[in-house]
Amino acid sequence: MPTIRASPSSELGAGGGAATAATARLAVRPHRRIVVGRRLAPYVFLAPFLLLFAGFLVAPLLYAFQMSLFRETLVGGARFVGIDNYVRAIHDRNFWDGIGRLFQFGFMQIPVMLGLALVFALILDSGMALARGFFRVAFFIPYAVPGVIAALLWGYLYGPAFGPFSQLSVAMGLGQIDFLAGGGLLPSLANIAVWEYTGYNMIIYYAALQSIPRDLEEASAIDGATALQHAIRIKLPLILPTITVTIIFSIIGTLQLFTEPYLMRNLAPSQINSHYTPNYYAYTEAFTSQQYNYSAAISFALGAVVAVASYGFMLLANRRGRR
Amino acid sequence: MTIAARTVRSPAFRRQRWLLTAVLGAYFVYTFIPLLYVIVAATKTNADLFGTFGLWFAEDFAFWENLRGLFTYQDGAFSGWLLNTFLYAAVSGLGAAFFATCAGYALAKFRFRGRALCFALVLGAVMIPQTALSVPLFLMLSKIGLVNTPAAVILPSLVFPPGVFLMCVYIEDAVSNELIEAGRVDGAGELHIFGKIAFRLLMPGFATVLILAFVSTWNNYFLPLVMLSSSEYFPITVGLSQWYASATSGSGGAVLFTIVMAGALVSVLPVIAAFLFMQRWWQGGLASGGVKA
Repeated sequence: MPTIRASPSSELGAGGGAATAATARLAVRPHRRIVVGRRLAPYVFLAPFLLLFAGFLVAPLLYAFQMSLFRETLVGGARFVGIDNYVRAIHDRNFWDGIGRLFQFGFMQIPVMLGLALVFALILDSGMALARGFFRVAFFIPYAVPGVIAALLWGYLYGPAFGPFSQLSVAMGLGQIDFLAGGGLLPSLANIAVWEYTGYNMIIYYAALQSIPRDLEEASAIDGATALQHAIRIKLPLILPTITVTIIFSIIGTLQLFTEPYLMRNLAPSQINSHYTPNYYAYTEAFTSQQYNYSAAISFALGAVVAVASYGFMLLANRRGRR
Repeated sequence: MTIAARTVRSPAFRRQRWLLTAVLGAYFVYTFIPLLYVIVAATKTNADLFGTFGLWFAEDFAFWENLRGLFTYQDGAFSGWLLNTFLYAAVSGLGAAFFATCAGYALAKFRFRGRALCFALVLGAVMIPQTALSVPLFLMLSKIGLVNTPAAVILPSLVFPPGVFLMCVYIEDAVSNELIEAGRVDGAGELHIFGKIAFRLLMPGFATVLILAFVSTWNNYFLPLVMLSSSEYFPITVGLSQWYASATSGSGGAVLFTIVMAGALVSVLPVIAAFLFMQRWWQGGLASGGVKA
C-alpha cells in the first residue's frame, strides 16, 4: 500500500470505518516519521543555520563589542570605561597609519585588478579571441590557490638574490632588484592581490555579460557599430550594477588586508611593523600584547571605517548613476 | 547575425582576433609564472634553488627527496597537517552546504513571517569578511574554553552565508513549485518532500556550495592562526607559513626553502582539482547568482 505509507496523516481523516483505520495504523507503524506541516516547515529548515549564525557570528560580535567597553586593570580586573578605547583608537597614530596605507593600496590595486578583469571578460564575451575556454579556466586558477601560498610564492619570486626577475636583471647587467625595499613594497603587495583576484572578478563580469540578450548585438551590427563600440556603449552600462558590487567587495577585502604583509614580515622587517595594517594591529594587540579589550575596539573601529567607505562609495555611485 | 559572425572572414577581423588572443596570452604568462615557479622549485635541491635560474629545471631532479623531506621533517608533522586540513574542510564543507541548502530552501520556497529579516541578515553577513570575525570569535571561544581545539575551526566555518544566498537563487529555479504542491497533495510531509523530492533536483547547487565551502576552509588562514596554538591541530596553511617564517628569519631554517615549495605544491593541487571539477556546473549559469564566494 504505497499511498498509505507516503501519507500517514491524510488517511486518518479519510478512513471512515474502524477497520480501515486499523489497517492503516498497522501499515504506518514501522515507518512512523515526524511530519512537519507547511506553516512550521520554513522555521524547521532555517533553525540549524540560524542557530549557528547566532552562535558563531552574532554572539562573538556582541561579546567583542562588550569587551571593547572595558579595560583590564592590574587591581580589580576588568573595569567599565565606556567609549574610552574608541577615543584612544581615534587618536592612535598607529591605527590611522594602517588605514592610510590601505587606502594607498586600494587606489593602486582595485583599478588595476578590476580594469584587467573587465577587459578580459569583454574579450571573452565578444567571442573574438581563440582558446576562450582555456583562458577562462587558467585565469581563475590563482583564486583557488590559498592566500598564504600565493603570498609565499611571490615572496620567493621577489627575492633579490634568487628570485627569477632579479636573476634576469643581473644576467642583463642591470644589477639586483629588491622589490620589497622602500616604495616598492606596497605595489609588490598589491601585485599579489591582483594576481589572486583578477580571474575571480573576471568570472563575475563574464557571467553578467553572458546574461545580456544577444539581440542587442544584432541591433548594433545593423547600425554598423564595431565590437568595441558595442562593448563600451551597450555592454558596459548594462553591467554597471555588477561593477559597483565588485568595487564594494574589493574595498571591504582591501581594508581586511593581513595575510600578505604578515607572511612578508621577515622579508621586509624594517618596513612591516606590528601595525602595518589595522587587522595586523588588532592581531598583535591581542596575541602579542594581550590587550584584548583594545584589540576588540580596533576591530570595531575598522568595521566602522569599512562601513563608511563602502557606504560612501555606494552613495557616490548612485549619484553618478542618476545624473 | 552578431558582430563577430558578420566580420569573421575579413582580414581586419583576423588581425583583431590575433591581437585579442595575444592580450589574453600575455596575461596567461603572468598568471602562470608563480605556478611554474612552484613546480620547478619543488624539484630542485636547496643549492640549485639559489644557484640556478628560478623558472627552469636544474640538472638534479630532487622532487622525491623534497617530498620525503616534506613528510619526514619534524617527525612527519606535515602529514598530520594535511589530514587536519582535509578533516576541517570536509566536515565544515559538508555541514555548511547542508545547512545552507536547508536555509536556502526555506527562503526560496516558503512565504513566512520573518522571511525578509532572514534575507537581510544573510545578505548583511555576506558582507562581513571572515578576518573581521576571527578575533571576536577567539575572544568568545576562549571564554568557553574551546580555543585550540579542532571545533574552534570547524564550528565557525559551518556558517557560510554566501552558500545560503547561492542556494536560495538556485532552488528558486531548480525545484518547481508544482512538484512541491504535488507532493503536498499526495500528503507527504514537508521534510519528506525536501529529502526525497527536492534534494535530488538541487544536487548540482549543493555540490557547488559544498566545493566552495570546502575550498574556503581549506584555504583559510586567519581563523586557524588565531584559534590554534598546538602544532598537532594546524592545517597546512598555518603549518607551512610557520616553516616559511623560520626559513626566512635566517635562523638556520634555510634548508626548509625547498621543502616549503614541495608543501605548497601538495596543498594547492586538491583545490585546483576541486575547482576544475566544479567548472562543469558553471556552464549552467549558477555563477550568475553568486556575487561572492
